[in-house]
Amino acid sequence: MANNWYMLTLIGEDKPGIVAAITRALFDHGFNLGETSMLRLGGNFTIMMMVTGREDEAAFRAQLQPVIEAQGMCLHIDPIAARLHEHLLPNVQVTVSGADRAGIVAQVTEALSAQGFNILDLESDVAGTSEEPVYIMQIAGITEHPVESIDAAMADLRSSGVDINVSPIDTYIG
Amino acid sequence: MAILDILKLPDPRLKQVSEPVEAFDDALRAFIADLEETRQDGPAAVGIAAPQVGHFQRIVIIDCSTTRKPVPNHGHLILVNPEITHWEGYEPGREGCLSVPDYTGNVIRATRIHLTAQDPDGQALAFDMEGYEARAAQHEIDHLDGLLFVDRVVSRRADLFKRKVYQKGGRGKS
Repeated sequence: MANNWYMLTLIGEDKPGIVAAITRALFDHGFNLGETSMLRLGGNFTIMMMVTGREDEAAFRAQLQPVIEAQGMCLHIDPIAARLHEHLLPNVQVTVSGADRAGIVAQVTEALSAQGFNILDLESDVAGTSEEPVYIMQIAGITEHPVESIDAAMADLRSSGVDINVSPIDTYIG
Repeated sequence: MAILDILKLPDPRLKQVSEPVEAFDDALRAFIADLEETRQDGPAAVGIAAPQVGHFQRIVIIDCSTTRKPVPNHGHLILVNPEITHWEGYEPGREGCLSVPDYTGNVIRATRIHLTAQDPDGQALAFDMEGYEARAAQHEIDHLDGLLFVDRVVSRRADLFKRKVYQKGGRGKS
């Protein structure tokens, strides 16, 4: 019987031991992990995990419920197609920083999208202080356009005071 | 000439430290020809180190002359008994490896190095390398010491504050 794949999304208040408790429960119930990504966002624990096992979604949820409740997490489960071993290599990186204001992400990503830029990775932080918050974002993606054309597409945003650095990613393979 | 098998993670032989080359003979040059053919086979690698094909001698090949955007480089280099004698600066960059398929990560490497080596006839060589080529040399020499780039990968968030961004002041790179 073919295994089912699910994307588990877990969110809750961060505290030590969550990953250990959840992954132990998964392992003990016969599940395996694929790719995962945990981030602490504004003090909140978040993790997305590709999980595979023989159970259907209802049985899977029932088996996880005790540990989820014990850890005080919110759980979301989606059946997915697991496409492992198909990593795409980004070739351009865009770093954005500036005084925090609404709309930076939308404006930058719209400009990138208009250039046919496919975002593979996006992370953003609010740094600085509560009086003077600073928005910092790093994007890596794939584009067939030259770096210069991506760079030029950022001109309007720069004139509005956002610092944007566009640089090629030449992945060294050796 | 022959294409050699590439050792892949988790092959424990990749952890083995390679021995210096003492005999600069036809056997050495024949092996180097095979190593070069292997480098050029399949997904184009910029560099390769002898232990990646299970040959535990201190030999690496790098060629940084074929990047999308030209970078400072010394062309096609066969480096026997390479040694880095000076390191300066550091910067993150993306790396992958023939021995670790379908995975890339950010690694911090020295920006500028001075390297001594011998050519396949035993003649002394010396190079000042920077940026991508310096990265290539460091990645390959790591193989000679039984280290893989996965031992050095830093989290994606670790390079948010890329020194380069500050040095270039965002825009001032024309």
